[in-house]
Order: sequence, then C-alpha cells, then structure tokens
Amino acid sequence: MNYVIIGNSAAGIGCVQGIRDKDKTGKITIISDEPYFTYSRPLISYWLKNAVTDENMKYRDRDFYDVNNVNTILGKRAVKIDTAAKKVILDDNSEVPYDKLLVGTGSKPFVPSAPGLDETGYFTFMKYDDAKAIKQAVKPGAKVLIVGAGLIGLKAAEALHEYTENITVIDLADRILSSILDADAASIMQKHIESKGVKFFLGTSVNNFAGKVAHLKNGETCDFDILIMAVGVRPNTELIKEAGGEVNRGIVTEKTQAVKSLTDIYAAGDCTESFDSSVGENKILAILPNAFLQGEIAGKNMSGQEFMYVNAIPQNAIGFFGLHIITAGSYSAEDAYEVADGDNYKKLFINKDKLAGFILMGKYVSKAGIYTSLIKEKIPLSDIDFNLIKDNPGLAAFSRGRRDKKLAEFH
Amino acid sequence: MKRVYVNENRCLGCHLCEYWCAFANSGEDSITKAFKLNKEAMPRINVEDDGEIHFAVQCRHCNDTPCVKACITGALSVDTEGLVTIDTERCVGCYTCVLTCPYGCIVIDEKNGGKTVTKCELCVKNAGGEPWCVKECINGAIVFEDRGVSI
Ligand SMILES: Cc1cc2nc3c(=O)[nH]c(=O)nc-3n(C[C@H](O)[C@H](O)[C@H](O)COP(=O)(O)OP(=O)(O)OC[C@H]3O[C@@H](n4cnc5c(N)ncnc54)[C@H](O)[C@@H]3O)c2cc1C
Ligand code: SF4
Ligand code: SF4
Repeated sequence: MNYVIIGNSAAGIGCVQGIRDKDKTGKITIISDEPYFTYSRPLISYWLKNAVTDENMKYRDRDFYDVNNVNTILGKRAVKIDTAAKKVILDDNSEVPYDKLLVGTGSKPFVPSAPGLDETGYFTFMKYDDAKAIKQAVKPGAKVLIVGAGLIGLKAAEALHEYTENITVIDLADRILSSILDADAASIMQKHIESKGVKFFLGTSVNNFAGKVAHLKNGETCDFDILIMAVGVRPNTELIKEAGGEVNRGIVTEKTQAVKSLTDIYAAGDCTESFDSSVGENKILAILPNAFLQGEIAGKNMSGQEFMYVNAIPQNAIGFFGLHIITAGSYSAEDAYEVADGDNYKKLFINKDKLAGFILMGKYVSKAGIYTSLIKEKIPLSDIDFNLIKDNPGLAAFSRGRRDKKLAEFH
Repeated sequence: MKRVYVNENRCLGCHLCEYWCAFANSGEDSITKAFKLNKEAMPRINVEDDGEIHFAVQCRHCNDTPCVKACITGALSVDTEGLVTIDTERCVGCYTCVLTCPYGCIVIDEKNGGKTVTKCELCVKNAGGEPWCVKECINGAIVFEDRGVSI
C-alpha cells in the first residue's frame, strides 16, 4: 500500500500513527510546504518568548520518521490532486502517486482588507517562520498593534510582552476571547492581561492605515512599529474543492474521515468540519487534539481497519500570563451553576439533566477532565451526586458500579 | 502490563499512600527529610473521601491514552508496554491533558507555580521498582496487577 499525506502537523502525524497501528510495512510519504521536522504549532508563541528552544519545538521524537519508516518531501507545496491518475502534483511539477491520500492542510490566516494595510506591511502568527520573522523585527520597547483578541492574537501579545510593554489589541467583538468565554470570564481575563500593561480597544475595528498609524472606527488612532493581523483563520480546502470533494466552510467527511464524493481520499484536522456532539451539528473545531484524533482515525481506516470519529466537542485549555482557562461544550443551556472569587471562575452549563458545557478559570481548572467526561459520556446528572461534583470534581460522585468500572477494571 | 487497581472496600481513607507517593517522587532518601526539606512535597495519587466512602485514584495508564493523544507538545508519551510518562522538559503547562483525563489524574505542579504538570509513572523513574503506594498501603486497598490484555 502506498500512503501519501499532505501536511506534516498534528493531523498528518496522527495519520502515520493510525496507519502504523496495524500496517508496519506500507510506504508512507509526508509532503509539507514547511521545511521543518514536525513541530508543535501552539509552541510558536512559547518559542517567540524564548520559553522553548528550537530543539523542543519538535512534536515527536527526532527518530519518529525513522522508527515509523516515513519518507518526507519538505519545503514543497502540493498544487493539485489528479484523482483519475491517483497522484499529487507538487509546485516543482513533480508527481507523487498514491493508493490512499490524506489531506491535513490545516488553515491559513484570514486577513480582511483595509485601506493602506498592504502598503503598511504586517505579520500573521501561525507558523514557525512567522515567529522567526517577528523575532527579527521586534526591538525592545517596540510599539505593537495586534488586530484580533482571540487565542492567536492574545498568544502573540503574551509572547511579545517579553520584548515590550507597549502592546495594544483591538477587536470588533465587545469582549476578548469571544469564541470561548462568556462576558464575566472575558472581563476577568481582560483585567488580568491589562494588569500586565496590555491595552485593549474593543467593539471597534480599523478604518484605515496611514503609514504606521491605524485610524480606528471609534475615532481613536494608534501608532505602531509592528502590526500583527490575527482576526481569524480559514481552512485550506482548495485541493479538495478542485478535485471535486464536498466542501462547506471546511472539508466535509464521513465519520471515517473519508472525504465525501471522493474515493481513497481522506481529510483531517483544521481543514475539515467535525460533528460537534455537544450540539449535534458540523463545525470547524480548530484545536490540536481534534486534528491528531481525526488523523489517527483516518490512518486506521486508510489501512483497512474500521473506526469512526465520534464524540468531538469544542474544548480549549489555554493560559495567558499565568491565568489558566479550560472550557468545553456548549453554553446555550437552561441552567447554570456559577462561582466566582477574584481571578477564579467556574460556570457549569446544564441542559436537560446533562452537563452541556463549562468555563473554568484559575484554581477551578483542576480535574477539569471529570467534567469533560460528563459531557462526552452524556451522563444524566440525576445518576450522580451533582451537589458534590459541582464543587469537587471527582469520582466520589459516581455510583459505586460506575466507579468500580473506572478504578478496578482494565481499560 | 501491570497496573495499579483499587479495592474500595479495603480503603480506610488514611491517606498514607499520598505521603509515600510524595516522598517517592521528592528525590530525598527518607520520608522525614522529604517532608521537612520539601514542604510542598506533592503526591501524584489522591484519596477521595465522601463520608464513609474512601478510595485512591492515580493514573490508570489507559489503554487508549487520551491524554497522550491530546498533548499539544508531545511531552506525554506511552511506551510499548502501555506505561504513560511525562517529559517535563517538553511540557509547557497548557493543561490540555487536565482537560482530557477523565479521572482527574494529571496533577498541576504547584511547586513551580503550575508551569508544568506531573502524573503517576508507576515509580519507574524514581528509586521505586514497585509503586510505593502499593508497597505501603496498610490494608491492601491498592494492588499492582495485570488484569487485561496489553496494547
Ligand atoms: C499561535 C497558535 C496557538 C495555538 N494554541 C493552541 C492550543 O493551545 N491548543 C490547541 O489545541 N490548539 C492550538 N492551536 C491550534 C493548533 O495549532 C491546530 O489546531 C493544529 O495545529 C491543527 O493541526 P493540523 O494538522 O490540522 O494543521 P496545521 O497544524 O495547520 O498543519 C497543516 C500543515 O500543512 C501544510 N500545508 C497546507 N497546504 C499545503 C499544501 N498544499 N502542500 C503542502 N503542505 C501544505 C501547512 O503549511 C502546515 O504545515 C494554536 C494555533 C496557533 C497558530
Ligand atoms: S493521565 Fe488520565 S487519561 Fe492519561 S493515561 Fe492516566 S488516567 Fe488515562
Ligand atoms: S500541560 Fe504539558 S503534558 Fe499536558 S498537554 Fe500541555 S504540554 Fe502536554
């Protein structure tokens, strides 16, 4: 069997591990336009703030390709999938034939147009090379403007704080991290980040750039030395679209990760839509664990096993300047349980006798996985001691039978 | 592979295993030193109490290793036997594993302000050999056995 994987990141590596679960001999080739050994994308902000070395950027041990017998074609871009001839065409016109293909192309930054933006020049923050370019450009005390107060924008702010306290973040939304936090939690995190000297302009956007000055819609102006555009990301779906596969916002797959309307082509990770089991609809879940798991399922199916990817939910664990957040599931619910003291915040969202989602901050993040399991396993709250577990996430709240299964049986 | 299993009926809720675990991973050569010099000695096993109910919980070394698959850096890994270990040099303290472990077994390392996490490694990296919690449990409530097919 001849396996080809486009993308050398979480989805691609998951696919290798999935294939090698049973197929120890099939040929595997990974293609990536990034010239690096597989690295952990979230680490680019840690690298930028000098908290992680080049060596520790690796997502797997250095002997990963050898141990798993993987060929790599790095620094070359796949430009077309020829489904009739079953080959991938690269940007140097070379051709790579496949029996089974995985597309794990991830996403790219979405940069809205604004008058003067291109003339001004900007950075995005998604790749190792982006972090390298920023590190070269940033001088101590530089004025930094970041457009976008989401995870990527704020991770860039945290990293650049190592070089300068002169950082301004603007976002169209009226709160930071609007995709994962409610208003209360967002306000706690915003105050925490502001206490480090970062300034925010929320509920507004850039009207135009004039040289190194941004004119905002709310009338303010903001001058900068370094501009980072972190408004959002878009899945890389072009290869699949051109090949005739189904694409909505992301690539549409079966539960086996096989791309709908194509044969022998699979997709995984940030370029795809997942079925969010907490709300029952397709969504892009652009998080690393999801990419790895989808890749692994794809690899297993590509190599002849039968596995389905089910039970994906939105979930995030992330910290800024030492304050941690863990969130999961859906926040549209009938009922909620809330505790707040200082920077510590907990909100459990309850719907029809099930835990629908949660937001945990500060000291309340401990043992979060117990709550995650309540959502994923859809455990009726009336079957457990919810009064106990809402304050003390633990196994004591489960029935003896369930607990014995967890603690006294092999799994 | 041998794993640690818990017999809830026998657990007295004495929390001794927590002390021995903290000692085993403290790098000290005696339990008194561990707690004198290393005030915040931190166990990777946790005894839950709820009225009459007591039981110890630590990493189950799950067969499908959800934490390893979720780890964003590769700091968590599983060996061919099924032992799940952490390379704290590569951990950046993102807590994705805390979010993922269904048993609450990933321990935030409060000794370094939560910059990394830690977990039960069945005493393979310390001077143990056999898990200390098992060795020191006074009522046989924690056992070290092979109860399943290996991965
Ligand atoms: C700054 C930052 C912080 C993050 N923090 C977190 C976090 O804390 N937790 C978390 O869960 N997630 C985080 N994420 C998201 C996480 O990085 C992604 O979900 C994950 O990397 C997705 O993996 P993937 O394999 O699907 O795609 P990607 O990691 O995007 O990899 C896709 C690869 O394919 C290559 N490629 C694309 N098209 C082609 C082509 N045509 N030919 C050849 N190669 C191609 C790309 O260059 C890239 O190397 C963060 C992301 C960023 C940018
Ligand atoms: S830390 Fe949790 S998820 Fe990971 S192997 Fe141990 S029990 Fe399983
Ligand atoms: S906290 Fe450390 S071990 Fe856990 S997922 Fe993050 S990097 Fe991996």
